[in-house]
Amino acid sequence: MSERSLIASASQTIGPFYAFALTTNTALGVMAQSGAIGERIELVVHVVDGESQSVADAMVELWQADASGKYQHPEDMQARNPDPAFSGFGRLGTNAEGEAAFTTVKPGRVAGPDGGLQAPHINVIVFARGVLLHLYTRIYFAGDPANKLDSVLAQVPEERRSTLLAYPDRKRRELWRFEIRLCGEGETVFFDW
Amino acid sequence: MHSYKRTLPGTQPNRRHDAYRSTLLRNPRQPLIQIPQTLSELTGPLCGDNPIGESDNDLTCHFAEEPLGQRIHLSGRVLDEDGRPVRNTLVEIWQANAAGRYNHPVDQHPAPLDPNFIGSGRAMTDDEGEYRFVTIRPGSYPWGNHYNAWRPAHIHFSLFGPSLLTRLITQMYFPGDPLFDFDPIMQSIPDEDARRRLISRFDLETTVPERALGFKWDIVLRGSGATPFEDAGK
Ligand SMILES: [Fe+2]
Repeated sequence: MSERSLIASASQTIGPFYAFALTTNTALGVMAQSGAIGERIELVVHVVDGESQSVADAMVELWQADASGKYQHPEDMQARNPDPAFSGFGRLGTNAEGEAAFTTVKPGRVAGPDGGLQAPHINVIVFARGVLLHLYTRIYFAGDPANKLDSVLAQVPEERRSTLLAYPDRKRRELWRFEIRLCGEGETVFFDW
Repeated sequence: MHSYKRTLPGTQPNRRHDAYRSTLLRNPRQPLIQIPQTLSELTGPLCGDNPIGESDNDLTCHFAEEPLGQRIHLSGRVLDEDGRPVRNTLVEIWQANAAGRYNHPVDQHPAPLDPNFIGSGRAMTDDEGEYRFVTIRPGSYPWGNHYNAWRPAHIHFSLFGPSLLTRLITQMYFPGDPLFDFDPIMQSIPDEDARRRLISRFDLETTVPERALGFKWDIVLRGSGATPFEDAGK
């Protein structure tokens, strides 16, 4: 496992001044074009620090399957094409309120490690000033019955699982909110492989 | 299914690094949770079909006049940990101008902006995993981390590679910079060799007579031990 001829380059922080290079294309916040198959959602990701202050200079990247559970990637061997009206990749900088608002669809279920299916989830990477090595987390959808059977969620201590849930707005059910708490009380679960 | 190797201890920065103050409130206190690598991680954004403009990798040619500063030709290879080229992957860079000022409204460093320099570029790696940029050498700049804090001159790099687990954002430094020892961002990496690998080297071969200095810098992405899918069908 540890044999290698080279060693992966070290990560360094994205710093505070990436916007003019990485997030000028706000179209990367719109992953689902009109006509994309599936349940259309608005997903607002809010990033806060260890003093509950909004982080206004974070970059949030999303990676997800389309509504049928197909990733737009050659490693996904399922014999069907991904939805052409959907892009699995989203990338936005947070605004002054620490928020990044994506338009996407609820992803379908994808293969899990145990031969079963994972609950619908969106993979998230967070970059920010002060974050030397990007942080990975996942967004699951509150109330989805598949969450109970998800083998990744099962590895998260029960009292912390809710940090991985997005919640729908009470009035506008297509609007979902997900909070990323980088540090401290109610800290989001972050993953490592 | 293949899987990615864990990164070697000490070769990546410590997340909470006291000397870099912003790390303290922006990184988890709880340990990360290790989960199996699933299709969600073994896939990832490729951005390989992103149209790249012909001059996107030349940061010096976007205005009628050239930017101020030392012209450089910066190139290198993107490889995986087994030494194989990472082909057709997007490389994005951004940097300060020659005076150490970013083209960003939040940058308040009272050094001049250069009207002929934006400071961002993009390139795709070729079949050998090679990327090339033409730019100028950025200046060092002060920051508020501690009294008299200055960053060594650097260029920010962003790469995707073949999966979610190969994602990399890092910084490339220039050889011989006197600020290395005083920079908590670079020093957050415990392993000295790992720090050294972020430093480019001067290269006479790619130095262009009467024109520009050549610098070389190779980037290594996490390896999976599996045949990269780019090879499929070739
Ligand atoms: Fe910088």
